[in-house]
Amino acid sequence: MRIGFFLREAIRAMRRNAAPSFAALATVLVTMLVLGVFIPIVQATNGAANSVRSRVMVDVYMKPSATAADDARVQKELLAVPHVKSVQFVSKQQAYEQQAKLDPQAYALLTSNPLPDTFHVVPDNPGNVLLVRNSLTPPASGGGTRVIDPAIQNVSNKKDDTKKILEVTNLVTITAAVLTVLLTVASVLLIANTIRLSLYARRREVEVMKLVGATDWFIRWPFVIEGMFVGAAGALLAIAVLGVTKIALLDPLANNWTLIAAPRTIAFSALVAVLLGAGVLVSSLGTGLSLRRFLRV
Amino acid sequence: MSKLYAPGDVGLDQAGFSISRGEFVFLVGSTGSGKSTVMRLLIKEIEPTDGTLRVAGHDLSDIKRDRIPYYRRNIGVVFQDFKLLPSRTVYDNVAYALQVTGGTRREIRQKVPDILRLTGLSTKLHNYPDQLSGGEQQRVSIARAFINAPPLLLADEPTGNLDPETSIDIMRLLYRINRTGTTVLVATHDQTMVDKMRRRVLELSRGRIVRDEAAGLYARDETTREFARRLRSPSSRPPGLQ
Repeated sequence: MRIGFFLREAIRAMRRNAAPSFAALATVLVTMLVLGVFIPIVQATNGAANSVRSRVMVDVYMKPSATAADDARVQKELLAVPHVKSVQFVSKQQAYEQQAKLDPQAYALLTSNPLPDTFHVVPDNPGNVLLVRNSLTPPASGGGTRVIDPAIQNVSNKKDDTKKILEVTNLVTITAAVLTVLLTVASVLLIANTIRLSLYARRREVEVMKLVGATDWFIRWPFVIEGMFVGAAGALLAIAVLGVTKIALLDPLANNWTLIAAPRTIAFSALVAVLLGAGVLVSSLGTGLSLRRFLRV
Repeated sequence: MSKLYAPGDVGLDQAGFSISRGEFVFLVGSTGSGKSTVMRLLIKEIEPTDGTLRVAGHDLSDIKRDRIPYYRRNIGVVFQDFKLLPSRTVYDNVAYALQVTGGTRREIRQKVPDILRLTGLSTKLHNYPDQLSGGEQQRVSIARAFINAPPLLLADEPTGNLDPETSIDIMRLLYRINRTGTTVLVATHDQTMVDKMRRRVLELSRGRIVRDEAAGLYARDETTREFARRLRSPSSRPPGLQ
């Protein structure tokens, strides 16, 4: 009885206040549309930044004279270094085959293999790459640096490049995060404001209800349900627009140019759930909270 | 029932009075004398700055904020500007007061048409408030106030927006409600109406009670018909008492 009553009240209110309800719906629609476009973009950006960062690693080159026993020992030593996530061994032979594939003519001229055994040392976190490098090359007693094992020829020194990559990707990630926060705040405020306006037009009604002896929640529920409906309708419309755009524009593009499909973004079904949830939640919560000031009679 | 009360509110200055169960009392005074303040205090819309207010033995300051709605269900309120819900029909406006208290559909279907017949609105069930005349709207608001059969009915300038003939109808309706045992407190500045009705009169002036005539001038057991005839008569003398 109660739920049915609240539902009927909410539907009645929407019918009788079509214009403000529509305004709230349009606001939710636009906000969700922007959010729906922005979420994949932020994700693609972050994904790109992370994939660049994941390629940040330290290369350790062995002396040409290094034996298999040396390799095994060094690998163990490298794994023991703090902040090292994994160590990947590339033997002389593997390195030669890789390079020969890239530039067969040049390598055809070589009579012997000039490449050393190599370890790719991947840090647990891209930000720790310099720490790892420093612990592989501790300062020597007579100034300069030495390497931790005599079988190691040298440790790659791409300090500047690494730093640049880290700085740029950090900046990109932070910018995306700030934009996300700003956009979310703006959406919530925009929706809350529209809701408050439509409630303001009905504040007298709330006052009368209170005078008749309605409890706060008795008054609030229909409004909250109305907010849910409006939020859901706005979000669903936004999803429909996004879905049409995706099928009509993005999918053909992605098939023709793999580049667009490359960054891994949120699945469309997950995006639908996020938008619907956000729309309903913000709109119903916003209504319930905005109503509070009119309930103080 | 007693209401003792002496707040130092801006609108009221140490005004004290009590009304017993079943009385019909007029609260008169010019604009700004504190009539509406009394009404608003009684429905606990505002709190007295000082002093206590007792309704049916309960001290109003003891009622917690979340219990106010339950308290208000025991009081019918009628306003000068009707305060009807514009988006609801006459029927739904009255039904809302029952829905608020958790009334079942059956109860609503039984009571609402009854009370609307009593107030003479049977033909207007499905009209919206803006399609009604002032007198009709006020009758809807009285029907809404009385649907829960409250022990106390407050009317703040119920005839303020109405012509004299309609006002008599409204007063008659209030009197009829009073005769069912409901205490009725009417705030008004309609002096002639008050004179004619010959009920107890409390006069407020600048927040103080300046007159309390518990006049025994009227016949208590007047029927509403006699009552209305007397109100319409130009003479202010009650025929039954001469």
